[in-house]
Amino acid sequence: MPQLKSLDELKQLRQQLQKDVKTRTETEATITVGMGTCGIAAGAREVMRATLDTLAARGIDAHVTTVGCIGMCSKEPLVDVKRGDESKITYGNVTPAMVPRIIDEHLAKGQVIEEWVVARAAG
Amino acid sequence: MAQQYRADLLVSCVHDRPPEVVTALENEIKQRGLDQEIRVVTAGCRGFCAVGPVILMQPDDIFYVNVQAADVPELVEETLVKGRVVERLTYKDPATRKFIHHYSDIPSQRKQMRVALRHCGLINPESIDEYIAVGGYEALSKAFTMKPEAIIEEIKTSGLRGRGGAGFPTGRKWESARKAEGDVKYIIANGDEGDPNCFMDRALMEGDPLAILEGMTIGAYAVGAHEGYVYLPYEYTLAVKTLKNAIQQAREYGLLGKNILGSGFEFDIQLRMGARSFVGGESTAIMHAIEGKPSEPRAKHVHTTDKGLWDRPSCLNNVKTWSIVSEIVLRGGKWFAGIGTKTSTGTQVFSLAGKINTTGLVEVPMGTTVRQLVFDVGGGLPKKRKFKAIQIGGPSGGVLPDSLLDMPMDYETLAEAGSMMGTGGVVIMDDRTCVVDIARYFLEFLTDESCGKCTTCREGVRRMLEIMTRITQGQGKLADLDTLETLARVVHSVSLCGLGKTAANPVLSTLRYFRPEYEKHIVDQYCPAGVCKKITSFQIVVDKCPGCGLCIKACPEGAITGEKKQPHVIDQTKCLRCGACFDACNLGAIITTSRAEMEKEVVA
Repeated sequence: MPQLKSLDELKQLRQQLQKDVKTRTETEATITVGMGTCGIAAGAREVMRATLDTLAARGIDAHVTTVGCIGMCSKEPLVDVKRGDESKITYGNVTPAMVPRIIDEHLAKGQVIEEWVVARAAG
Repeated sequence: MAQQYRADLLVSCVHDRPPEVVTALENEIKQRGLDQEIRVVTAGCRGFCAVGPVILMQPDDIFYVNVQAADVPELVEETLVKGRVVERLTYKDPATRKFIHHYSDIPSQRKQMRVALRHCGLINPESIDEYIAVGGYEALSKAFTMKPEAIIEEIKTSGLRGRGGAGFPTGRKWESARKAEGDVKYIIANGDEGDPNCFMDRALMEGDPLAILEGMTIGAYAVGAHEGYVYLPYEYTLAVKTLKNAIQQAREYGLLGKNILGSGFEFDIQLRMGARSFVGGESTAIMHAIEGKPSEPRAKHVHTTDKGLWDRPSCLNNVKTWSIVSEIVLRGGKWFAGIGTKTSTGTQVFSLAGKINTTGLVEVPMGTTVRQLVFDVGGGLPKKRKFKAIQIGGPSGGVLPDSLLDMPMDYETLAEAGSMMGTGGVVIMDDRTCVVDIARYFLEFLTDESCGKCTTCREGVRRMLEIMTRITQGQGKLADLDTLETLARVVHSVSLCGLGKTAANPVLSTLRYFRPEYEKHIVDQYCPAGVCKKITSFQIVVDKCPGCGLCIKACPEGAITGEKKQPHVIDQTKCLRCGACFDACNLGAIITTSRAEMEKEVVA
């Protein structure tokens, strides 16, 4: 462990370390992957892996959670994106290749990718 | 690039136990290839002692209780793989009997406010990195930009009072220590808690050791000390381990030692262990122990802030006080003063024990009423039994009746009612508790714990115990009650330390609020709660007994006989007076009566 020699060094270290406990703190955005049996069969696990890797690579602060089957099995894998107070957007038939675009355009910039949307929550 | 996890499983209550649950979780997660996504973190005490081990899954806020290794495969399959909650493992609200899936929805949690225990159960206590990540050492950084006098002023504004029991204003103590003459001064953290069923200091030392060290460093900077000690019981093996580790890590980061964070300030901390005892937690007793002498208190004509450890100015506070200090420096004295009541600011940690649904640790704002603590936070009494009394403040706290349920708990109100804040130990009693016997029990504890230095405490408490024992055996006299009061007054006014000064509280408070119960023991030779065996008989009321046989099953001696659907009978010659039948009967068909009355009937 390096010695901390100033208040600034401590501050920098804290900023680095905060990422490590981010699951325990509030974040602005949440990505939810449908992980019912239907979702897993359609490749949700790979989609979630891609989500985690992309977030890590971009250094974006967001929670990734999972949810059981919501009844739209034909559109699995389903991915919900929720940013702050905005309404929840659900993308359908998501593949790992689609994940970077969802994160870069929607999560980072707030631009919903209309052609992939299968549902949006009211309010 | 730091590893990104999608979930953290914070496992509590697994310290000092075989780590089966943690190992099972880690293995199962690895087997399913989830170890790159999900992390298992061993965290400190969350206060849910009645239902441990508990697991909090973040960020989903799913809370599981009583998790055993056998539950792990289902937990991982359902929750981690499929995203579904395993309802049978979630918390069951004792009041509504409904399962609650999310931690933040648990009523007893929502009524709490965590300051001293803010990180317990949320971080891995063995990792300084996690402590820094959640804001640790931010307060020390801020303190270094302030003048020492300004820090003391901030603590004074906060109204913080010592959380060890006596409630002395912390800011004033620091000011005296700062003004005291001498270039060598000491900072001491008191982690020795001798109260039975109290473990808040242990939970804090095990769950968030660095909060204590950071508070001490701020205190050292404020009073101008360069050496510090944490004194704790040797029996707290895990606390010793976590504190040792925390000190080591803080030294490696340069957060203890010379020139901390480039400020030019030097401070280091050492651990000192002693045997856990009640009187040993007294401040001067601790200083004696650190010096290598027997841990006995001395008279405090000269304050320890002038002449304490090795006759040098010393600033001793409870570990909880030190933990709170960082939060006050960070958020401001006014913030803390805004919580609680005018004279008792902030929050207090209580350990709930006895006849209560959620045994464990809770932290609530000062001024919370007894009713809120017992029924809202503590979930009420099990089996809907009737609340009879509450003892607040550890073994030498007063026993208060149900008429004081709406009394706010702060230093002054509690003292006025004949009790005290103490360290926050709380025992809840139902109608099956005999207050005379309880007062006797605590005297017995205090007799054992008295160090023997003051005659009044050594002899006086023992005489009081003898009288109380006589009363519970049906050999008391009414004049005994006056003798008890006289003795109590003498013990209180002549003894040196807090033990002797408060030893009479249980007797005095029960005499004040439950005198009729004493008189029943003495005059009628009758213990209404059915606890004092020598003067108790159990009797079946013929009209009320449906002959269900529950009491027959409960009786360990086979003393109860009777045909189905016919009133049963207790054979008084075989009866042990254990009360198992009394507790088993749902219809109130078994009553307690005085033994003499029963013998009369038997003869007749």
